[in-house]
Amino acid sequence: MPRAYPLPTDLSPATVTNTKSLVRIVAFALISGAAIASRLFAVINFESIIHEFDPWFNYRATRVLASKGFYEFWNWFDPTAWYPLGRVVGGTIYPGLMATSGVIYNFLQAIHIPVDIRNICVMLAPGFSALTAWSTYMFTKEMKDESAGLLAAAFIGIVPGYISRSVAGSYDNEAIAIFLLMFTFFLWIKALKQGSALFGTLAAVFYFYMVAAWGGYAFITNMIPLHALALLLMGRFTNRLYVAYSSWYAIGTLASMQVPFVGFQPVRTSEHMGALGVFGLLQIVAFVQLVRSHVSSKQFNNLLFALAVGAGVVGTVAIVGLTYMGWIAPWTGRFYSLWDTGYAKKYIPIIASVSEHQPTAWPSFFMDLHFLIFLFPAGVVLCFRELRDEHIFVIIYALVGSYFAGVMVRLMLTLTPVVCISAAIALSTVLDTYIDPSEPDLPVPEADETSGPSETTTDAPKKTKKDKTAPPPTSSGASVTELLSGMVVTPPSTSKKGAAKEKKTGIFGTDTRLAVILNAIGMLMFFVVHCTWVTSNAYSSPSVVLASHNADGLQLIDDFREAYYWLRQNTPETAVVMSWWDYGYQIAGMADRPTLVDNNTWNNTHIATVGKAMSSSEEVAYPILRKHDVDYVLVIFGGLIGYSGDDINKFLWMVRIAQGVWPDEIQEPKYFTPSGDYRVDEQASPAMRNSLMYKMSYYRFHELFGGGQATDRVRNQVMPKTGPTLDYLEEAFTSENWIVRIYQVKKEDPLGRDLKTANAFDQGKKRKRTRPPVRRRSAA
Amino acid sequence: MAGPKATAPVKGTSSSTSSSSSPSAVQTLWKAYLDHTAPRLKFIDSFLTFLVLSGVLQFVYCVLVTSFPFNAFLSGFASTVGQFVLTASLRSQVNSENRTLFKDVSPERAFADFVIGSVVLHFFVFNFLG
Repeated sequence: MPRAYPLPTDLSPATVTNTKSLVRIVAFALISGAAIASRLFAVINFESIIHEFDPWFNYRATRVLASKGFYEFWNWFDPTAWYPLGRVVGGTIYPGLMATSGVIYNFLQAIHIPVDIRNICVMLAPGFSALTAWSTYMFTKEMKDESAGLLAAAFIGIVPGYISRSVAGSYDNEAIAIFLLMFTFFLWIKALKQGSALFGTLAAVFYFYMVAAWGGYAFITNMIPLHALALLLMGRFTNRLYVAYSSWYAIGTLASMQVPFVGFQPVRTSEHMGALGVFGLLQIVAFVQLVRSHVSSKQFNNLLFALAVGAGVVGTVAIVGLTYMGWIAPWTGRFYSLWDTGYAKKYIPIIASVSEHQPTAWPSFFMDLHFLIFLFPAGVVLCFRELRDEHIFVIIYALVGSYFAGVMVRLMLTLTPVVCISAAIALSTVLDTYIDPSEPDLPVPEADETSGPSETTTDAPKKTKKDKTAPPPTSSGASVTELLSGMVVTPPSTSKKGAAKEKKTGIFGTDTRLAVILNAIGMLMFFVVHCTWVTSNAYSSPSVVLASHNADGLQLIDDFREAYYWLRQNTPETAVVMSWWDYGYQIAGMADRPTLVDNNTWNNTHIATVGKAMSSSEEVAYPILRKHDVDYVLVIFGGLIGYSGDDINKFLWMVRIAQGVWPDEIQEPKYFTPSGDYRVDEQASPAMRNSLMYKMSYYRFHELFGGGQATDRVRNQVMPKTGPTLDYLEEAFTSENWIVRIYQVKKEDPLGRDLKTANAFDQGKKRKRTRPPVRRRSAA
Repeated sequence: MAGPKATAPVKGTSSSTSSSSSPSAVQTLWKAYLDHTAPRLKFIDSFLTFLVLSGVLQFVYCVLVTSFPFNAFLSGFASTVGQFVLTASLRSQVNSENRTLFKDVSPERAFADFVIGSVVLHFFVFNFLG
């Protein structure tokens, strides 16, 4: 009985099963704990605060939902956004996220746990990450077994690619969407495997939830049909496929149309036509199959085949024809930009300007996925080995996901689950092979004893993951001591593996086993270290509050909130604030003031108007500001403390977007120096120096340096000795570190002069301000 | 095959209107169908035929007359299509020839699935009618 190490033989199968499920539950509890805990860096390092940009809108909407109720929220028209247009909020959002936290809030209130709605919003993403881990476990279990499922759950729980969108406070649609994505896929696989209309219906219901929660639902809308089509083309049509797909599509499509923002799109846009086409195709194929089962004559079969092909062709022609007739909307620009990465830059600068729409840089794959990215292809190859229907799904998902992740940074999020799943399949296959104690000579290992080690498989990596875990089951306890003794006694030798190949494939001895297993454990440990490091350093910044390290230690820079609260407390409630669209949601959420444009970006012309105002001279911008009732203009300036995400760095996008609408008035090349550089110092082009953005950013900047050299620390350029002057705006507020600067738009001169001459008159006579030298020169 | 009764409300009018053309192939098909199909499946088939006719009628109305309350048309049409595929699923699940395919789905379970699917479907249909 050749065994690499002895196994206890006196265990009853019931004990093994019970221990297995206990270990699984404990491991799962620990995974959930780790998933939630690692997302709390943001709260611990900073505070319980909503992050970034979009979450502020979601938070604001959720507050409306929680305080005014669902119907009020559904019919909410927000007159303060996109001033003066307003925004029909209920019909232009995916309400799933707000509804989810609204339900949780009301439930907690009902059982008398008074939790602030903000804390629910902050903690929603970590909470759902535990659910994501669970659904990934269920999904992977369908692919391989429980041990692979646990590995996958542990991976998705702490992998930075998913944490980047789900830290505490990152209250965005993705927070719940990835759970819904994985769970819908799991239900689809389950429906397909069993041929059950129940799981098909459940998949449709969760698909509906997904549609209500995230615009990325189109990924499911196309992944499932793609899978069905692949199965069809591979000749794997079964009635199970028919049942699963038909029940999912028929109910899911109708359900998705209940979301007002989606409306009739599922029957009227090209993005959704693939699913419809596959649905029709499946009906034809199923019908042909049914008829064939009754008649088996050869010639009749040919006739049927022709009929089916004919129907398919007619269907395709009908869809194409309807597209040309304009009944079905053709592909949108966002879709084209997925295939041609240069498309958006040429035609839709507003999409290209968003930082998360940039193509992914290579290092970020390693940064976000660490060693999983190496195991990922191995897992996909292992899927080919069995190639059951569900494995084809993983393969297709892997291909599609990798492509999209390469095109856009934000789509790394959709790739992450499949990477975790296939890496878990690969790693658990390796561990299964090397922990299994049976050696090649043994013909067939006994059933209950192989189950022992497979449980060790799930257990061992977990143990390294979180230093504390369940007490190891008796069987693995014995095996670990044996392994340890083997490590001490036997020197590692590689010749044994070669010998094994001559007889029969398998692994001899404990040394080879140990080498592989320790390697795997080492990788897992580095993975954990890497994940923790990346999470705490890169992905846990709220970006509303900044942190800087200097000699005194950590310093918090709270300029944004300082400025937004200044607006809230010192301006009338109706004061319209103009800023670049990035800050629209934050102004609405924190300052509670009307904004011209915000992160919803639905109206390109309106954004271009703001871009034009920012990039043209004061004289041109002033009428625009007045026409839009702008009272305050807000700019972000990082030149003083070196905050690189400021408006001057985003300025070229404003110019480009404005140029898209007014090509005669705004031209991008004018903002560069003759040598083609983008500069802000002495050599800056006249258009640049006269632009409102430049003036607002650097107004009085040189005064800070008391006659010394004024240096912009972001762009490392020395500023001119004389700063820009403002005639139509006046400085209203500048935050502590100068990150946020707010200017008030002056009203028209009461005497009817234009403001420039009025200013010159004032300065010539009265010397209102304490900067005579500068002003006098400019006035003369 | 101690299956449940299919309790769908069917008008028994249109069960045999499908093919009347001349080719012998179709006739043999029809004969084979009549000979080799269990009565229960024929019952389901009659419901399917009714659904097809109802769907075609709605579609023709939509194309020829008006599609004005488009959501109403969509929900009506989706209810026939959805009910059709759910019933067709039930048909293939209770078909004794497919027993090997559906190991996890007994005929009783299939009927329960059918009912749940229909309830969910019609919940959305009623919500969408407007």
